[in-house]
Order: sequence, then structure tokens, then C-alpha cells
Amino acid sequence: MAVSFKVNGKAVSVDVSEDMPLLWVLRDVLDMKGTKYGCGIAQCGACTVHVDGNPTRSCQRRVASVAGMNVTTIEGLSSDGTHPVQRAWEELDVPQCGYCQAGQLMSAAALLASKPNPSDADIDQAMNGNICRCATYLRIRQAIHRAAQMPATVGSGKSNR
Amino acid sequence: MTTLQTPEATTETRVDRRSFLRVTAIAGGGILLGSYIKFGETAEAFAAGTAAAETAIGNFIRITPDGIVTIIAKNPEIGQGVKTMLPMLIADELDVDWKNVRIEQAPLDTTKFQGQSAGGSTATPTNWEPMRRVGAAARAMLVAAAAQQLGVPEAELETASGVVRHRASRKEVKYGELVGKAATLTAPDLATVKLKDPKDFKIIGTRVTGVDVKDIVRGQAKFGIDMVLPGMLYASYVKCPVFGGKAVKANLDEIKSQPGIKHAFIVDQAGQGGLMGLLSGVAVVGDNWWLVQQARRKLDVTWDEGATASQSSEGFASQAAALSKQAPHQNLRKDGDFDGAMKSAAKTAEGAYFYPFIAHAPLEPQNTTALFKDGKIEIWSPTQTPAGGRGIVQSALELKPEDITIHISRSGGGFGRRLSNDYMVEAAAIAKQIPGVPVKLLWTREDDITHDPYRPAGFHYFSGGTDASGKLVAWRDHFVTFGSDGRPVSSAALGGTEFPARFIPNFVIDQSLIPLGVPTGPLRAPGSNGIAFAVQSFIDELAHAAGKDPVQFRLELLANEQPAPAQAAQPAGAPGGGRGGPPPAGFDGKRMAGVLQMVAERSGWGKQNLPKGTGMGVAFHFSHRGYFAEVVQATVSKDGAVKVDKVWVVGDIGAQIINPSNAENQVQGAVLDGIAEALGQEITIDKGRAVQQNFNAYPLLRMRQAPPVDVAFKVTEFPVTGLGEPALPPVVPALCNAIFMATGKRIRSLPLSKQDLKWG
Repeated sequence: MAVSFKVNGKAVSVDVSEDMPLLWVLRDVLDMKGTKYGCGIAQCGACTVHVDGNPTRSCQRRVASVAGMNVTTIEGLSSDGTHPVQRAWEELDVPQCGYCQAGQLMSAAALLASKPNPSDADIDQAMNGNICRCATYLRIRQAIHRAAQMPATVGSGKSNR
Repeated sequence: MTTLQTPEATTETRVDRRSFLRVTAIAGGGILLGSYIKFGETAEAFAAGTAAAETAIGNFIRITPDGIVTIIAKNPEIGQGVKTMLPMLIADELDVDWKNVRIEQAPLDTTKFQGQSAGGSTATPTNWEPMRRVGAAARAMLVAAAAQQLGVPEAELETASGVVRHRASRKEVKYGELVGKAATLTAPDLATVKLKDPKDFKIIGTRVTGVDVKDIVRGQAKFGIDMVLPGMLYASYVKCPVFGGKAVKANLDEIKSQPGIKHAFIVDQAGQGGLMGLLSGVAVVGDNWWLVQQARRKLDVTWDEGATASQSSEGFASQAAALSKQAPHQNLRKDGDFDGAMKSAAKTAEGAYFYPFIAHAPLEPQNTTALFKDGKIEIWSPTQTPAGGRGIVQSALELKPEDITIHISRSGGGFGRRLSNDYMVEAAAIAKQIPGVPVKLLWTREDDITHDPYRPAGFHYFSGGTDASGKLVAWRDHFVTFGSDGRPVSSAALGGTEFPARFIPNFVIDQSLIPLGVPTGPLRAPGSNGIAFAVQSFIDELAHAAGKDPVQFRLELLANEQPAPAQAAQPAGAPGGGRGGPPPAGFDGKRMAGVLQMVAERSGWGKQNLPKGTGMGVAFHFSHRGYFAEVVQATVSKDGAVKVDKVWVVGDIGAQIINPSNAENQVQGAVLDGIAEALGQEITIDKGRAVQQNFNAYPLLRMRQAPPVDVAFKVTEFPVTGLGEPALPPVVPALCNAIFMATGKRIRSLPLSKQDLKWG
């Protein structure tokens, strides 16, 4: 069946089984490879996207359930890569292998949208579902604090939510 | 095309020490500078992949007339930062600005490059000089070209930021303008080309952001899993849950009738690689991967499980306990009179230690894309050892090496997992059945955790003694490990040179082997990641038995270094571990004492007044040429929950930290990785299969569990060495020793989640 929704502000319609997880629609139907598969059971957070602004594990989200909704992926977090979390991640050289970082960035952006100046405890709470196998957690924490101090600029992607 | 070549024969034996550049003029007036490669290269082959309009220098360096410098990164990037680090070495000696450098990942090409692998923390020690020499040689040619163009002696010229400058006249020529002239020159001898004085480094030693970070934060970096080819199909490969079992039959017709499924077939075991080669299984191939997973749920396979079905973790534990009471199968080392020393010892201790099988679980599941066409195969794979993969593909598919092309994808983590190329050969075997159609094989997380070359479990039965002065005088380790015919399985060897060999006068290492049908392999700091836990924990037991401070006891032990006895009497050090042995390649007690003293100072060791339930522990370990000492402060709640409060790390990896940003990141990551292993990781074997299947049962570290990690390097005059691995091993025993200080409970078995740590 056809399911229509918006991805990064753009209307899309996909003709797939309604049970197909949003993750695989994004990756293999829409060819948007920024969102990653890590575990398939919502344990690692590599597949985190925003659905109507809420951080969501796309591996466990049936595509039919996002009909008519706004999905934001790492590719649309900002139009030009200047969302504060993207700038902070780059400034602090956060990634090692980099595989989990799309999910980390999406969770961090959602945290900052709801809590512009999060405490360490807030970060623990919001980020605990995102595994980094290289364990770049200390830099992720630091980068979230850094991003919180940055002004949002053009292209920071809030209009996409 | 003209080939200018140094007259000396480039034989394989000579070139390791004395290498020559080959210079080739190419269309467009550029040059190619051959590298320090040692066999079979042809300048024509270098040129083949180069656009005619482009001016090129070498396998590693291309410079275009607009001054853009492209540096080729030869090794697989798995998160260790090598794609940034190796080009930094070239760029600094070439004297160009890093911001003007572009980096390109090389494919596997053994005619151009040496050592295209990621493993053993070897990239730094093996490339530190050769890569700098490539950059310096290219710089020297550009200087020589400028001297001709300006009509001045080379000695009056200097370089900076991609420009050659005449000191007196301030005349400048950009590198891009010189490559045509450079093509007419004879290249310098790589072995004697002048390198920079380290004080003149401009890139080495600075904090350089990873070259792919910009793409990563935008979701644009391409990993193996992201590969797409026109008309590509998606595959799953289902193997027997029991290691090495065979597919007898399956409901293939039913599977082929499922939505989107194009092919389903049984693949037979073939080729080299044993349990990490091509094993028997069922391939399911379809239009998209999710549909393939839906079909896979309906797959019904009759397996011949084979002999391994009788093996279990419980069985291994009882075999080990029985073996510990018997005469050992082998003696690995015997110094002095252990029995006599134990009789006269003032204090003695015994301890039976165990560490479990654990899996690598890199976050990007195993995958490979392959296209078989006209008898040749092209492969895109996230692999740590593409050459190893080519060998296995060659043997399983019966191809010639020249018919196999391997592109190295960025890996979403490695940790040693992708030193095995089982997933690569599976993709190749599936692609061979569907000629002309590209296929992407992607494993599920469950496939990954249940078919890993696990870090082997190990059992150490220790006894030791100290004399009246508290000096450690007797040590015996009966190591019960896995293997047969006197040979341990992969990464399960200890070796007779492992510390504390040479530091205790009456010293015995014995070994007994349990046969194993479970695959094993190197996991980050192989061997060391288990051995350090056992050895440094038992040293702690002996320190407490002797009534000594654990740091002081260790310093006294390190001061007791004996020269290595005749090497012939000792078995070689454990393969892959880079441990043991005497200096210069092996363990130097003075260097370790240096980092131990420094970490004691930084952590305030012995000066803190900690409440009951909180303790500090210390440990050190030498592996992969690196010296690391670490202190952990941990708190255990009365109901037994462990919280790591802080870790202090001091490392000595020689004279230069090449990229401090990545170095700190690697050390923090390694330390947290070790904490994760200690806290909760275990693969249990039951009826010949892995019990744990995904992250709900196999816990990786999470944000909430990550303590601050203070990192310092002790810069010494020793050769520059690698950093992917050696920071990991000490944190495990340091944490366990901290728990002892906090609770009085000695941890002799991992993971901590299975121990009863309640107190008070």
C-alpha cells in the first residue's frame, strides 16, 4: 500500500508493506543512508530519527504509523550541516568509527530542543539509549554542552520539525 | 610515456631497508613517484588509474596545477583514525597546509602498498618513518625542480605551505607549478632523504579532526552497509547455530515463493579459513533486505550440527577445574626453584581466575557487496585485512588473485572482528551463483553476535609467595586454555615471556588445553585483554598478602628485572599480542615504572580518604609496544551495584603523539571498552551455540556508565608506537582491584554482573 509522509520537509509516497519499518524505507526505498541499522530491536539508537520532532527508533516504527507525519533524518537536521550539534561534534572531533553518530546527533538535537541547557543528568537520561561502541561518550557529553552554548544559525533545521 | 628508473635492482630482500623512488613522466607533464613498496610494481600500473589531465606524484601523492594536494590513505579506517594519521605524516614532510590536503582511500593493491591492514596497533610503528620519507622525497624533488627553474642552488631554497621560496630574493614557486619540471628529475633515495627535525613539525603533534568527520555529522559518510549498485539484490546468509554445522536440506521452494524473494539456495563449505571461512549455509536473496528477513522467518533448515553440539561453557569450566588438579600438558617456562621458594616463603596466596568468551560487536553489522561477472569478482567490504579476504575468496571460489578486486569501505568499528573475512567470502559465494547481478549481504545483529570469532575464555590457576621483606619470590600460573596438539587456538596463547616472567626468580608457567569447536580470534588487545585481568589481580592479592601498598609492591617488582635468558629456551611470545619478550621489542620495567609513578601522582594515590564502599585500584600492562598504567576509583553500593567514578591513565608510546585529539579519544574509548567488558559482557556456549544474540543480552557500555577518564602521555625518547589497543587491558584489573578496596571482595571471575558484590 502507498504511505505518504514528509521526510526533511519533502513529501514522499512509498508503495510498500505497511509493516515495513521506517528504517528500511528510508535506507532501501528512499536511498537515504545516513540513518543506520545496528540491532533491529531499539537497543542501540543508531536508527534514531525525529517523527514530528520526537526522537524515534526507526527500526521499530512501522512505516504506516508515520503517515501524514514529518520525519527528520540526519540528512535534514540542518540544510547545510550547521546545526549546533553538528558544529560542536566537528569542533570536538567526536567520532571514531562514526557509525552511531547520526543517531547520537538526532537524540542530542531533540534533547536541546526540549532542554536548551541540559545538565549531565539530563544528558544521561536522553542519551542512554544510544550506544557508541567506540565509547566516545565523554566527547558526546562535552559536545552537547558546547552546542548548548552556540547560537542556532541559518540552516539549523528547526523548521523541519 | 617515459620511465625513468634508478638503476639499482629492486629486489624484495633489499628494498625493506633501502628503497628507491621510481619516477615516471606522464601525459600532462606530471610525475608519479613510486613508493617504498617492495615488489612487482610497474609505473604503468600506477598511471593506469590516473586521469590524463591530472598531474600526479606517486602512489601516495598527487598535486594538481592549482596546488591541490591529494594524499592516498592506504589502510582500512575502522575508527582508529588511520585515514587521518598516515596522510598527516606525508603532508608534514611534504610541507603543505593540512587544510589544502584532500584524502583518498586506496583500494587493496599489493603492487603499490605494503601492510594494508588494521590490526595489532601496527600502523604507527611500521609507517612512522616510511610515510614521512615519501613526503620528504616528494618535497626534495620539488625543491630540486625549483632550483632549476630559478637558477639557484637548492641550499638557498626553503619550503612552507606548498611553496618553494628563495630565501635571499623572496622569489616563490608554488608546488603545482613545479610538477612538470620535477618529472624530468631523478628521485632521491628514500633511505637517505632528509627528514624534518621534530621541532619543525607543523601538522604532526597538532589536534587534527578526523578527515571524514564533516561527512559523518551530515550523514554523508559511506560505510560498507551503505553501498548501492544498479540492480542490486539483498541477501541474508543463514548458518547453523552450532559452529561448523552443515545445511542438509531446506524448504527452498517455499522461501522462493515469498514476496520479493528471487533466489534461495544452499552453499557448501569451501576454501580456507576454517570456522572463519566459507561455512555451509542457506542464502536468501531478494529485492530488499527487509523482505529477505520476512522470508527468513519461514526458513526451515535441517542441520547436521556436528561434534561441537556437545560443547558448553559449563563443560569447559568443569574440564578446566579437573585439569588444574592434574599435571599440566606443557611447561612454557621454568626459572629457579618454585617449590622450594614456596616452602620458604613468608606469605603465600592462591587464586583461580576466569574470564569468559566475549564478542566484538562492532556497531555496523557485517556486510559485503559483491558483483561476479565474466569470471571476475569485484568486492566492496568493510574489512580490516583486505588481503586476507582476497586469499579466502580466492580459495573458496577458485579464482586467481588478479580476478579479485577489493574496495576498502569505511568500517563502522572493527576491534579485530573484521580481521576475519567470513562475511566477505559469503557475499562472494552468493554473488557467484547470480552472475552479473550485484548482491549486498547484510548480517543481522543476531548473526553477528552468534557467529563471532570470540575472545577466548581462559582459566588461570595461580600460586605465589613473598619473602619476609615482602618481595615477590615465587609465581606459578597453570593456564588452562583452548586448543589441541599442544597448540592454543587463535588468541588463546600466553607464551613463556609474558610478564611477570624475568621479574620473579622462581617462576613457572604451565599450560593445559581443552579442545574447542567455537571460533576464536583477536579482540582489541588480544590475549592481553584477559591476561592482564588475571595477572594484575593476582599481583594485587600478593601485595595485600605481603601487607604492601599495591603501587609500592609493583614498583619493587618492576625494579627486579632480570636479563632475558637464552631465547632458544623460551617459546615465542603469543602471536598477535605483541606482548612479553625482553627489550627493545619487549617489556622494559623502567618504562613501566615511569608510567606507574606518574599515574599514582595524577590520581592522588594513597592520599585520598575514601569512605567504605569506595576504593581505588591500580594495574599496568604492556602490549603492542605500549606501556600503560591505570588507576580506577569505583563505588559499590551495599546491594552490590558497581559505579566507576573515575579513571586515570598514563601511557608511554614513545617520542611523539602524532594526533593528540585522536590519541585521547582512542585511549578514552579503549578504557571505556574495557569497563564494558568487565561489567557485563559474556558469551555463554550451550549445546555448541552462543546463547546471547543481541544487545539486550550482551550489554555494551552506555552514557550513564561512562566515567571521566583522565589521559596523560609520558613522552619518552623511544620509537613511536601505536595506540588502538594498549590502553585497554589495565583498566579491567584496576577496576577489580578497586572493588576489592571498596568491599574486601576479590574478583576472580568476570563479568562483574555475575558476581555477588553485596557488602555491609
